[in-house]
Amino acid sequence: MATPAIELKNITKTFGNVVANKDVCLSVDKGEILSILGENGSGKTTLMNMISGIYFPDHGQIMIDGKEVVIRSPKDAFDYKIGMIHQHYKLVEVFTAAQNIILGMDDDGKYSLKKSIAQIKAICDQYGFELDPNKKIYDMSVSEKQTVEIIKVLFKGADILILDEPTAVLTPQETEKLFAVLRNMKKDGKSIIIITHKLHEVLSISDHVAVLRKGEYIGTVTTSETNESELTEMMVGKKVVLDIDRSEPENSQDRLVIENLNVTNRDGIKVLDNISFSAKSGEILGIAGIAGSGQKELLEAIAGLQKLNEGNISYINPKDGKTENLRNKTPMQIRELGVRLSFVPEDRLGMGLVGNMDIVDNMMLRSYRKGKTAFLQRKKPKELAEKIINDLEVVTPSASTPVRRLSGGNVQKVLVGREISSSPTVLMAAYPVRGLDINSSYLIYNILNNEKKNGTAVIFVGEDLDVLLDLCDRILVLSSGCISGIVDARTTTKEEVGLLMTQNTKGGKGNE
Amino acid sequence: MSNNAKTREPLFHVVKRTKTNFPFWKSALIRVLAIVLGLIVCGIITFIFTKLNPIDVYKAMLNGAFGFDKVKNFAATSDKSYLTIFITKNRNLWSFLQNSAILLCISLAVTPAFKMKFWNIGAEGQVLVGGLATASCMILYGDKLPPIALFPLMIVCSLAASAIWGVIPAIFKAFWNTNETLFTLMLNYVALQLVSYFCYIWSNPKGSGKIGVINQATEAGYLPTLGDNPIISKYLFNILVVIGITIFMYVYLKSSKHGYELSVVGESENTAKYIGVNVKKVIIRTMILSGAICGIAGFLLVSGTDHTVATDTAAGRGFTAIMVSWLAKFNPFAMILTSFLLVFLEKGAGEISTQFGLNKAFSEIITGIILFFIIGSEFFINYKIMFRGKEEK
Repeated sequence: MATPAIELKNITKTFGNVVANKDVCLSVDKGEILSILGENGSGKTTLMNMISGIYFPDHGQIMIDGKEVVIRSPKDAFDYKIGMIHQHYKLVEVFTAAQNIILGMDDDGKYSLKKSIAQIKAICDQYGFELDPNKKIYDMSVSEKQTVEIIKVLFKGADILILDEPTAVLTPQETEKLFAVLRNMKKDGKSIIIITHKLHEVLSISDHVAVLRKGEYIGTVTTSETNESELTEMMVGKKVVLDIDRSEPENSQDRLVIENLNVTNRDGIKVLDNISFSAKSGEILGIAGIAGSGQKELLEAIAGLQKLNEGNISYINPKDGKTENLRNKTPMQIRELGVRLSFVPEDRLGMGLVGNMDIVDNMMLRSYRKGKTAFLQRKKPKELAEKIINDLEVVTPSASTPVRRLSGGNVQKVLVGREISSSPTVLMAAYPVRGLDINSSYLIYNILNNEKKNGTAVIFVGEDLDVLLDLCDRILVLSSGCISGIVDARTTTKEEVGLLMTQNTKGGKGNE
Repeated sequence: MSNNAKTREPLFHVVKRTKTNFPFWKSALIRVLAIVLGLIVCGIITFIFTKLNPIDVYKAMLNGAFGFDKVKNFAATSDKSYLTIFITKNRNLWSFLQNSAILLCISLAVTPAFKMKFWNIGAEGQVLVGGLATASCMILYGDKLPPIALFPLMIVCSLAASAIWGVIPAIFKAFWNTNETLFTLMLNYVALQLVSYFCYIWSNPKGSGKIGVINQATEAGYLPTLGDNPIISKYLFNILVVIGITIFMYVYLKSSKHGYELSVVGESENTAKYIGVNVKKVIIRTMILSGAICGIAGFLLVSGTDHTVATDTAAGRGFTAIMVSWLAKFNPFAMILTSFLLVFLEKGAGEISTQFGLNKAFSEIITGIILFFIIGSEFFINYKIMFRGKEEK
């Protein structure tokens, strides 16, 4: 048997009292793709950071080509030809792709940009990347930026590539392209480690799957000999019921009627084009679409954070049936109209919460204006914080811990908990389960379902089509800022929604 | 590379401390140790360069700030207790307290802006225009208005002038997103030139370019003295006002709705918009407050102690205040300590340069070293260094 390209033996890493990795063993051969699978907080990223020299393990050995090595810094990692593609890209926006790729290359002094571009093109041809080396980063889509990152490490001669959740930001089509490229690299003898949550991707791309659970190494299985339910069981430790409980909408009435919404962004590009739909009470309306099709703008327009060029947003008050026009109202004015609109934004710590404030102060964000005095009342927010910590099982040392210190799932529980605490009549949630583990995700689905039963009009922007199909009542599909269809989630198929998502992506209006 | 494979762990690595396993007394201990270490290093450097006994130098510093020698002389001739004399007859002490109070006042002024992440480095100019406004009222209306009308006029003018100085960059920031750091910095120079201009116009004696003591004969517009002790009464009013502002600022930042809004704006403008805070309004409102408190400092300086205005009225306090505020992590009560510290270093440094005939630069070196240690200690308060082989329990 050949020596593995990289092998980890009994790697352990602790942060304070938290064991992030315990006795992890892995090995990857040349020309092999290994998936690392695990829930959030299972230590996948920590493990990869140790290989790429960002953290140093407390115990254990790392072997490269059969020799034990010490990796103290990303530079050391590079000397062993390990390249990591992080979840968040580290590129200079105003540089071109080629400039970013050769940045930091100091081996022989001068670098000829022309020569480098030729080299970059050769790499692209070899593996099947599509990239214009002279394009500036700020003009690029997320997937192009990712391509630059991958070429960057290949250009430096990496033989072992680590990709941290590379598909989280990609559309299904882009993911397929990426996988094709990865398979080409594999043929070329590169070793690839890919971190992901998505089971079907694991099954389609990898040769072996290593599973981590709460920092512990559970085992490695050969992909061809396993299946989704076995992997899920390894990952979560107990059998997770995969179907989401969906009730029939009751007493559904129009709550929010959107007519001919048009929005242009700062660069004058139309991001929402003639959007009309209605959200009904007691119903979950799903919004599907590839990333950046106008989902964010649509929700922000409803929440009063986005200026409209044209169109109307009418809210029908459930109490008296009166219609309020929310067009170009500020969030403050919307609330003063008595509209109970809750919004779980995509950017949790950048918009929904304040990372440096504790849970109590974050609870106050919505309610701090209450009371006539100029002073804050912390008693009620404190009770609310404690209630949410109890009800939603938020893992936190106390209610006075800054939310920045909590893990992604707990941050989301705090945010969602606050947003539903005001018993909203409209609840908008953008990617509420992004980055959450399965258990937290189901908790969020249950909350949304409960809200639906209480008669709230729920708008759910999601990326996982399976979830959209199982959770929602209707699905609105956005494509390049247009509505390409509104379908019944009970009768539609994944293929139909996928097709609608990719319709008229190139500027044309298509068939509306 | 492979030959050092045996050294499996670097000599040390840095771990972030958490609040739970790091009690307050430990951080206090680290700070004290830092100061002691700083003093030792200063002592060595003093000895190497000046051959003076460092202990003498430190004694002189303490003397400069707190006047121990003078008190001792008094105590020898008087039957009153040492402590009574220390408090009642000690001009050094009260001048130290007054200087700290003014510095604290300006630090309190910049703090809300800093918490909002509005880098107001224009406190110097804001204090100057406040002082200039006070002086103008004294010059123009000193003889014409009774004190009951003159004082409100002085206060209103100084607050308004400084608030305007503060709000100009805020308006530009709110509406056109200009860089407030450059804007406030440049306004300092405008204020400086404005003061120079009026120093020329109102110069007394004519042509001297200096205003000189205003209303020396009538003492119109002089802050009233409190009590009959000639030393304390002069400074007490200033100190009491600043104590009041300290309490106000603590409450304002910690438990007022305004304070909450400005920290949300500082942390994340998007969150502020999301919850419906009018970000422009908060920026403008906060800078009016920030400027106005600088105006109080200007008023206290001119009406309370200097009784004149000059280009060096603020004396760099607008910049020192930034350090006071940051060192105290924007906590108004901690700022009392940090302003004491900085004023002590300044006074002490001045004293040793005169007493030992040292270059002013040398005393600044000492101040610099001590500050370096104090600021450096923050690293050890936030992080822990783990040495190889030592496990964390």
